[in-house]
Amino acid sequence: MSSTTTRRDFLKRTGVLVVGFSLGLHSRADAAVFETGAAPAANQLDSWLAINADGTITVYSGKVELGTGVSTALRQIVAEELDAPFEKIAWVQGDSDRTVDQGSTVGSQTIKRGGAQLRMAAATARAALLELAAPKLGAAPGSLEVASGVVRVHGDPSRHISFAELLGGKRFERTVNSAAVPKATTAYTIVGKPVHRVELPAKMTGRHTYVQDVKVDGMLHARVVRPASIGAKLLSVDDSALGAIPGARVIRKADFLAVVAPREYDAIRAAAAIKPAWSESATLPPMDELKQTLMSIPSTERGVASDGTSGAGRVAKRLAATYKWPFQMHASIGPSCGVADVRNGKATVWSSTQGSHTLKSAIAHLLGMQPDDVHVIWIEGSGCYGHNGSDDAAADAAVISREVGAPVRVQWSRADEHGWEPKGAAMVMQVAAGIDASGKIADWDYQVWTPTHSSRPGAQPGGEANFIAARLMGMVPSSRGSLGGERNAAHTYSVPAMKVRAHLLERAPLRTSSLRGLGSPQNTFANESFMDELAQLAGVDPIEFRLRHLSDPRAVAAINAVARLAKWTPRVSGSSRAPSNGVARGRGMAFVRYEGTEASVAAIVDVEVDQAQHRVRVTHAYVAHDCGLIVNPDGLKNQIEGNVIQAASRALNEAVQFDRSRVTSLDWRGYPILRFADAPDAVDVVLIDHPELPSVGAGEASTSPIPAAIANAIFDATGVRLRDVPLRV
Amino acid sequence: MPSSTIRITVNGAAHDIDAAPDTPLLYVLRDDLGLTGPKFGCGLGQCGACMVHIDGAAVHSCRTPLSAAARGPITTIEGLGTPEKPHPVQQAFIDEQAAQCGYCMNGMIMSAAALLAKTKSPTRQQIRSTLNGNLCRCGTHMRIVRAVERAASLGASQSGGSDE
Repeated sequence: MSSTTTRRDFLKRTGVLVVGFSLGLHSRADAAVFETGAAPAANQLDSWLAINADGTITVYSGKVELGTGVSTALRQIVAEELDAPFEKIAWVQGDSDRTVDQGSTVGSQTIKRGGAQLRMAAATARAALLELAAPKLGAAPGSLEVASGVVRVHGDPSRHISFAELLGGKRFERTVNSAAVPKATTAYTIVGKPVHRVELPAKMTGRHTYVQDVKVDGMLHARVVRPASIGAKLLSVDDSALGAIPGARVIRKADFLAVVAPREYDAIRAAAAIKPAWSESATLPPMDELKQTLMSIPSTERGVASDGTSGAGRVAKRLAATYKWPFQMHASIGPSCGVADVRNGKATVWSSTQGSHTLKSAIAHLLGMQPDDVHVIWIEGSGCYGHNGSDDAAADAAVISREVGAPVRVQWSRADEHGWEPKGAAMVMQVAAGIDASGKIADWDYQVWTPTHSSRPGAQPGGEANFIAARLMGMVPSSRGSLGGERNAAHTYSVPAMKVRAHLLERAPLRTSSLRGLGSPQNTFANESFMDELAQLAGVDPIEFRLRHLSDPRAVAAINAVARLAKWTPRVSGSSRAPSNGVARGRGMAFVRYEGTEASVAAIVDVEVDQAQHRVRVTHAYVAHDCGLIVNPDGLKNQIEGNVIQAASRALNEAVQFDRSRVTSLDWRGYPILRFADAPDAVDVVLIDHPELPSVGAGEASTSPIPAAIANAIFDATGVRLRDVPLRV
Repeated sequence: MPSSTIRITVNGAAHDIDAAPDTPLLYVLRDDLGLTGPKFGCGLGQCGACMVHIDGAAVHSCRTPLSAAARGPITTIEGLGTPEKPHPVQQAFIDEQAAQCGYCMNGMIMSAAALLAKTKSPTRQQIRSTLNGNLCRCGTHMRIVRAVERAASLGASQSGGSDE
């Protein structure tokens, strides 16, 4: 089947009129697969890649582009392993019918796990192509080599055959060989290179298709009308004003309320014109009692670490401190959007979800359909830093589309997004430790109070109750346990006696779910601030103090690298210069081994503190980063720079405001994020490459040390120890 | 508000738009003309994702009613350049790889292009201050500033696309 035919079939089936899809999206000879509605089998090579007759290669990735550049890095991995030209690789991502379920794109695991799967598929494909080529070239597979998608006889390059000539348009019909031997990393030619991101020219010229840009034939525009406060019940809706708005109507399912209209601005006007009456109640605690609230919610205690008991007797000095972190937002620049077409017992959903396969099942359960009757097509959204409103907006669209019997696009307003996106968890951290006479930590006791960092919709029946729409229609989410609050609760320093406990809260005042790093930035803020406090107590340079407790050579290398990069002068913190013109300056550092076993990140920041203006600015940030094998160094740097700035914003600016009934941070004035005026003068990054070691996650890791580094720098500048985020002077 | 026909000129072409005069220009561009480069970010004029040029000045299309958009020629990011032939500002942003998700890029590029059309060699301070009303959440600020500086050095002010 030619690519043209397949594409036309696709258009006919879905009626979608979306421009800007990349080359080869619909090029697989896969009509049979497409009709089943089931995810392609992971053990089948044809599920992963196809050699097309025109010489292009289509790769089917279950992992999706969330703005971090992974679709370029994964292409590099495939091009490398196949010895295929990078620019001939077309990419299909996150399509529940057409891509393998590789698990959701979460947890900085895309290169580490998703990349490893694609590497094995590509290695299998390369070996298969050599086998096919051998008889045609009259040579043994062992005497063949591949360059730029062409197989040739070693030493006799005139005898050659291209991938397309070998298999163009046909299937491999074989399983992925889990024992395939990937290329030696020393032979890499494209992995490790700063290849430009594939989609940026389209993004820079307004041609990239985001989910917000999807347009389907006959599509209606919808707006949700969320309750006036959390838990409010809808008593009645006066829609008498809608008569003046062409085609506008109300959709109501219990407390789920929305309006639709053929034209977008009419939907916006309709949402403002209806008059719902809500019964409200005060369900939230006073904001200024957040710490007491979190510490008094029923919880389960989980031991995270408990090593040794021998240190306590040798304690010379003791210290204890409590750190607090507020609720925060993803705060993506584009509010969530979902498009759905639910008709005749089938559903097609366009969504910027992190998990097309999970969303497919959850939508099916929400609508009372079979999962294989739902087709989720992932389309990139505005920056995704965890579980944002993407899944909820998709569910909104599906519910409304079923009611109106037409395709529906739901675009959340800014207030919908700020008010109702899942929030990053507020946490309380308590640390107590002693140091011995030699200035080493003798014992360490750490406790964290944390709500769950995951409340995603689940693929199992009942998992759909986590959608906002489901809750508003009366479903009650069952507890799916608590996840993420222990991340980096245990530091990786050597301490004779260490006890780390997490108090997993049964509930939280606001709906919480994953935001970049889950509990790691919070725990690292506490651990690394306290390390500086102990160094101060011991009268020792903060870097020297950390190195005394580290044996991991990669940790030591990262810390030494950042110290060299920043030209760190050893000194006891707080001995910085006197303020000049009312502005104090200081520098601080922090370190994390993400999740204990992933990337090692050491950071130093310089700050200027204007105490009269209550303003702190990071003037210069330095990061040393080791995540094993680096696939794309510029993409990695971009991610690290972004994490530094986003983490500085979270540390210095951000706290979700609420009254006793509702979130009150409903726009960018109510939830200010870092702007250009507050951006650093420079962010310098040194990458520590380990081609001989596997890649570990790099998406989130460099977020974690930044807040503590800033707090430590503020102490250095002012002598004031700030333990509550946002850090306010 | 009843519909009426209003003529606007976008990227050099005239269009008669049949819509309520208070319809924000953003929805006319995106839904009626299929120009989805300008993005909806807040509808409040707070983030800059929706920016277009009217008479060469960067404005929030989410806060500009259709009736007011007729006052001068409109340029959207699609009118600045194409992937094959980008405007110097777009080229500089590509060269610096100055995006992650890219959702804010429309506003960054339109804002920067308007600045460079008037100020050939802006200082870093001028760039920061011009872009201060454009929000980016991925944290690509450092690259964006470098991209605007690169565009200035490429002579972006000499080549305004179809902007003028």
